[in-house]
Amino acid sequence: MHDLVPLTPLGGDSAQSETIRNVTISEMPDFAYASMAMRLGRKTGFQRAAKKATGISPPPPGESAAIKVGKGMLTIFWTGADQWMVEAPYASHFDLAAQLGSTVKDNASVTEQNDGWARFDLTGDDCVSVLERLSAADSAGMQAGAVTRTTIEHLGCFLLCRKAATHFSVICPRSGAASMYHALLTMAQSAL
Amino acid sequence: MIIHHPLLGPRDSAEFTYLGDANLIDRPDWQDKKAADKFYEYQYLRNNPAGEHQELWYHEAGDRSWLVVTRNTVTHEITKVELARDVARARGRSK
Amino acid sequence: MSDAMTGLNRLDGGLIDRSAELNFRFDGKSLEGYGGDTLASALLANGVRLMGRSFKYHRPRGVLSAGAEEPNAIVALREGAFTEPNTRATTAELFDGLVARSQNRWPSLAFDAMAVNDIMSDFLTAGFYYKTFMWPAKFWEKIYEPIIRHAAGLGALSGMSDPDCYDKGFLHCDLLIIGAGPAGLAAALTAGRSGARVIIADEDFLPGGRLNAETIAVGDAAGAEWAAQVAAELASMPNVRLMTRTTVIGAFDHGIYGAVERVTDHLATAPDGTARQVLWRIYSKRSILCAGSIERPIAFANNDRPGIMQAGALRAYANRWAVAAASEVAVFTNNDDGHRTASDLAAKGVKVTAIIDTRADAPDHGDAEVLAGACVTDSRGRLGLSKIKVRSADGSQRWIKCGALGVSGGWNPNVHLTCHQRGRPVWNEAIAAFVPGAVGPVGLSSAGAASGMFSTAAALTGGAVAAVNALGEIGIKAKAMAMPEAEDAPVSITAFWHVTGKGRAWLDQQNDVTVKDVKLAHQENFQSVEHLKRYTTLGMATDQGKTSNIAGLAVMAEIAGKTIPEVGTTIYRPPYTPTAIGAFGGRSRDETFRPVRLTPSHKWASEQGAVFVEVGMWMRAQWFPQAGETEWRQSVDREVLATRRSVGVCDVTTLGKIDVQGADAATFLNRIYCNGFAKLPVGKTRYGLMLREDGIVMDDGTTARLGETQFVMTTTTANAVGVFRHMEFARQCLWPDLDVQIISTTEAWAQFAVAGPNSRKVLEKIVDPAFDISNDAFPFMACGEITVCGGLRARLFRISFSGELAYEIAVPTRYGDALIRRLMEAGEEFDITPYGMEALGVMRIEKGHAAGNELNGTTTALNLGLGRMVSKTKDSIGSILSEREGLTRDDALIQVGFKPVDPNDPVVAGSHLMNIDDPANAAHDQGYITSAAYSPCLESSIGIGFLENGATRKGEIIRAMNPVEGSEIMVEVVSAHFVDPEGERLRA
Repeated sequence: MHDLVPLTPLGGDSAQSETIRNVTISEMPDFAYASMAMRLGRKTGFQRAAKKATGISPPPPGESAAIKVGKGMLTIFWTGADQWMVEAPYASHFDLAAQLGSTVKDNASVTEQNDGWARFDLTGDDCVSVLERLSAADSAGMQAGAVTRTTIEHLGCFLLCRKAATHFSVICPRSGAASMYHALLTMAQSAL
Repeated sequence: MIIHHPLLGPRDSAEFTYLGDANLIDRPDWQDKKAADKFYEYQYLRNNPAGEHQELWYHEAGDRSWLVVTRNTVTHEITKVELARDVARARGRSK
Repeated sequence: MSDAMTGLNRLDGGLIDRSAELNFRFDGKSLEGYGGDTLASALLANGVRLMGRSFKYHRPRGVLSAGAEEPNAIVALREGAFTEPNTRATTAELFDGLVARSQNRWPSLAFDAMAVNDIMSDFLTAGFYYKTFMWPAKFWEKIYEPIIRHAAGLGALSGMSDPDCYDKGFLHCDLLIIGAGPAGLAAALTAGRSGARVIIADEDFLPGGRLNAETIAVGDAAGAEWAAQVAAELASMPNVRLMTRTTVIGAFDHGIYGAVERVTDHLATAPDGTARQVLWRIYSKRSILCAGSIERPIAFANNDRPGIMQAGALRAYANRWAVAAASEVAVFTNNDDGHRTASDLAAKGVKVTAIIDTRADAPDHGDAEVLAGACVTDSRGRLGLSKIKVRSADGSQRWIKCGALGVSGGWNPNVHLTCHQRGRPVWNEAIAAFVPGAVGPVGLSSAGAASGMFSTAAALTGGAVAAVNALGEIGIKAKAMAMPEAEDAPVSITAFWHVTGKGRAWLDQQNDVTVKDVKLAHQENFQSVEHLKRYTTLGMATDQGKTSNIAGLAVMAEIAGKTIPEVGTTIYRPPYTPTAIGAFGGRSRDETFRPVRLTPSHKWASEQGAVFVEVGMWMRAQWFPQAGETEWRQSVDREVLATRRSVGVCDVTTLGKIDVQGADAATFLNRIYCNGFAKLPVGKTRYGLMLREDGIVMDDGTTARLGETQFVMTTTTANAVGVFRHMEFARQCLWPDLDVQIISTTEAWAQFAVAGPNSRKVLEKIVDPAFDISNDAFPFMACGEITVCGGLRARLFRISFSGELAYEIAVPTRYGDALIRRLMEAGEEFDITPYGMEALGVMRIEKGHAAGNELNGTTTALNLGLGRMVSKTKDSIGSILSEREGLTRDDALIQVGFKPVDPNDPVVAGSHLMNIDDPANAAHDQGYITSAAYSPCLESSIGIGFLENGATRKGEIIRAMNPVEGSEIMVEVVSAHFVDPEGERLRA
C-alpha cells in the first residue's frame, strides 16, 4: 500500500468545522464520488446493472436515493440527461469508479470524481437563513432527498437536502473549497 | 427570465448561456456540392425576428443540457421549451 | 402643546415611543427626538423648517412630504466613510447618535452664497447649457467644464471605500404583495390563511401604509391599531414572510422582483459581519401591487417655501409623529381629501386659518373658513413660510397668515412597477390620475390606491379579492374573507394643475423645474413627453419626479392643446428609489470579487515562497525565488536553465481535462478536432487542433487514448469551459445519436509536468516497478494508467510543452501535495527545480509552441503553420469554412520567430511589423508579434508572431514597431523553433 498522505480540500490534515450561532458548517472529506453516464440504447441493461452495483435504482431528476453501506450511506443523484453521481464513504469505496465500472461494464461510462469535489455540510435549525443568501435554490421548500445544481458565490455546485431545513450538503469544485468555506461562514455570520 | 426546463421545472435564465437561433442545429452536409455556400449561410445569416424566435440555451449552471426555447423577443414570453436533443432528432439529425 | 425638552411642536398621541429619547445632530446642532421618528419629523418637532437648498437656484427648501417621494429634504447622513449623500430625511429612521448635514449650500443652510443663481434665474432656464458655454471653443475644457462640474451635482461622496458589507439573497413564494397598507395587509391575511407561501414587503419600518398617517377607523379599531394586529398575525404564520424596511425596486421578467432590505440603516452601528442591506431576488408565481398613491401638489408662484407641503404629509406629521409643522396652518386643495388635513389638525388643537379650494362647489368645513373657487397665488417667508396670497372667486386678493400650507392636487396611484416592462398606464378621468394599464408584468395585479381605488373600504376588499384571484390562477383556493367596515368616501376632485400668473411656479422641486420651463420646452419644440423630460430635466432627479411628472405633462398638455393621455407618460425604470451600488455588488468586491481556485500544490508552493499570479480564477505559482534573488528574471532564467539542463517540475492541474467515453468516442473526437483521431491507438496521445465552425482556431490540446472507448482530452486553462460547452452542443444538437459521454475531470486529478533530460530518471523512482517507462516501452506521446509510490493509481502522459524530454503525471487531487513533495525528494539528486508560469512561458516560446496569445480568435490553422493538419477527407467542425478565399490567401500571416538584431533590444509583444523601406502605417502592416520573452538559452530576447508570407522570409531584417510607447527595434525573421528544432530531446 502506498504511503502518500492526503490533504483535505481545505488543505489540512483533518476536516475543519465551525459553529456560528445555531448552524454548524463542516468540511466532509471522507467521501468518494463517481459519475455514471448511461450509453446509448442501454436503458434496461443500465438500470439493472446500476441497481446491482449500488443496491438502489438511479433516481429521477431533482431527487437523490440513499442506502446504508457499511458504516455510512451511499447516495445517488441525477446530474444530467442519463447521468448520475454516486457518493459513498471513502474508507470502503475509495475505488468507487472501479467498483461501479466492473459491474456496470459498457452499459455506462463511469468516471472517477473522488477529488473533483469538496463537500460541506450545514446542520442546525437555521440552515435556510444562511442558504437563502447564497443560492437561488428554494432551500426552504426542499424536502429530504431533494437535490439541485446551483451557484453559490460564482461556484457551480450541488445542493443536497439530507433533512428538511436542518441538514444540507453543498458539493462544490474542490479547487474552490477555501472560497466556498469562506462564503458559507461569512453568510452565517451575516444572516444569523 | 424563467425557463421551464422539461426535466427540472422553472429555472432562472441566469443559469443558462444563450447561443442563438435554433437553426444552428441544421448544420449542412460537408459533402454537399454547395457546401461552401451552405456553411456560409448557416454560420452568418439570421432572421433576427422581433417576435417569436426559436433559440438555443445551454444550461451551463444546471444539468448541461441544451434546450430549444420558443420565446417572443419583444415580450419575452416563452411558449415552449424542449430538449435540443429531441428537436435535433426530429429535424433528422443522427450520427 | 409645546414641550421644550422634546421639541417645540409636539402634539399628543402619535405612533412614537416617548420612552426612547434619541439624541441627534443636524448641521452641527444637537437636537432630540423619539423612537419612531424619522429625521424629518424630529426636525419639524424641533422647529427646524429649513432643510436644504435646491439644486440649481439654491432656494431655501423644507420638507414637502412624509415619504420616499421627498424632493427637498435631502441630507448627507452619517460621517466619514459611512456618509451617504442624498438621503431622504423623510425615510431616515431616527436613531441615537444620528448625524446629518444639509447639502448643496455654502457656507451654511441659512446663508448660501450660491443663491446668486436664483437672481440669475432668467438666464439659467431649462436647457440653458445647450445655448451657453460655447464660445470661445477652447474655453470649454479648461474653464467652463471645471466650473460647471464644481457647481453641479447634489450631494458629495465621501471618496472613501464603503465600509459596509451587503448581501444578496433569493426568496421564493406563491404570492408577493408589494406594500403593507390596508390593501396589502388584507391581501396578505387572505393569502396567508390559505396556507400559500406569501411574502409581503413594505419600504416603511411600520406596516400599515396610510393607516398610520390617518385617523381612519377599521372596524372598531383605529387604523394603525388594526394594522399592528394584522402584522402580528402575519408574523406568526410560518408560511408568511413580512418584510419591513424593504423596498421592491423593480419588476423583472416572469415574476422576478428585486427588493432591497435595509437591515441596519436604523442602527447606530451594524453588528460585526452583518450586512447593512440585502438585495433580494424574489421569485413569485403571482404578485399584487398594493403600493398606494402619492399626493401631487398644485403649482403656484413661490410654492416651494419651507412649510409648504403635501396636505397628506401635514396631517401625517400630526397623526403619526405628533408634530405640528406650524401653529397656524392653511390648506390649498382641489378635492375633498385635502379637507381631512383641516379636520385632523384642528382636532389636535392646531389653528387652521383657511381652506382654499379651487372648486366653486367646494363643501363647507366645520373647523375652518372655506374659500371656494379660490386659489393661492403667492407666498412669503424665504427661510420659512409666513403668509400666502389668496385670490378669491370674485377676484379679490388678500394675504393669509400661516406657517405651513398643506397642498393637495389629488393623488397619483403608484403605478411604477406596472410600467417597468414598457407598460403604459391609462388615464382615469374620474380620479384625474393614471392607473395601471391592461398590459403589465405577467402575473402582476393591483389593489387599493395603487389601482385607483382610494377609499379604505375599497382597499381592504380589493386586496382580499386580488389575493383570492391571484391564488386561484395558480390552483390555490383562498377564502374571500369579509373585511371590517371602513370609510368608503367617493373621490371628489376637479383637476387643477397650476395657478396662472407672474412668478415662478415649481413643478419638479429637486431639479428646479418650473411651469415656465415647460412652456419654454414647448416653444423650443421639445413637445413629446420624452423630450420634455430631457430638455427640462423634469423627473430626472433622485426622486424620479414622483411629485412632479404628472403635473409636468398636464401643463404640457394644456399648452399643446392635447389631452393628458395624448401626451402620455415617460417610461418608468428600476430602481423605484435610489439604491446603493454596494447592494448590487453584494460580496463581490475586493478579495472576494470572485472565487479563488487553488492548485493541489498551493500549500507546498507557498511554503517554498513562490510568487503567485492570477490566471482566471486560479492562483498559479509564477516563479519560485531562491535566497539571494532580488529580480524576477533571476528566478525565471534559473528555472529555465535548470529544467533544460537537468529536470524541473511544474503544476499543470489547471488545464482543462475532459473525460470522453463511449462506443463512438473516437468518431466524435474526429469531428471535433480538425486533424485525425479515429485511428489513434490505445496508449497513445496526440496533439489536437480544434476549430470554430468559421475556420478560426478555437483551442488546442492533447488527447490521450487510455482505452478503446476512453479518452482524456486536455484544453487550455482559459478555454476549458468554452470547449466543454462546444462539445456538448455538438453531442446533443449536431450528432445526437453518437454514443459518446463527456464529463469534466479538471478538478479530480492533480497533474504535474516533469521536464528535462533527467525527467525519466526521477519518475522511475516513483513509478511502481510493474510499469516500464523506458524509451522503448513508453515512447514520445505514449500514455497509460499506472500506479506510483507503492500502489496509488496514477496516469502518465509523455507529452512536452517545454520541448525537453517530459512527462505529465496525474494522481487523485488529494494526493497532489504528497506527490510534489515525493517528486522533489526523488529529484533531489538531480537538482530538481520547481518552475512556475513564467519559466513555462519562456520555454514554450523558445520551442515555438502556440498558446493563448497565438490562438487569439482571429488566427487559423494556416496562420499557425498547421494548415496541413486540417483534414479534407472527413467532416470536422470548421474544415469547410477554413477553405474560404479570405483565409487561404497567398500572403496570409504565418507564424515565425523573431530575434533582435541588437541582442540588448527587448522584443515587445504587440509590436507591429513593417518592412524597412515602407512607410510605417496601417496600410503597410506586415503582421504582429504575439509573444516575447528573454531566452536564457539564447541569451537574447526572442519573440514569435505572425508575418505575411513568413515562411519564405527567414533571414529578412524588418522593423518591430511599438507606437504606444514610441519605440522600435530591428528584428531578424527566424524559425519559431529556437531550441532543439529537430525535436531530438523530445524523443530521447
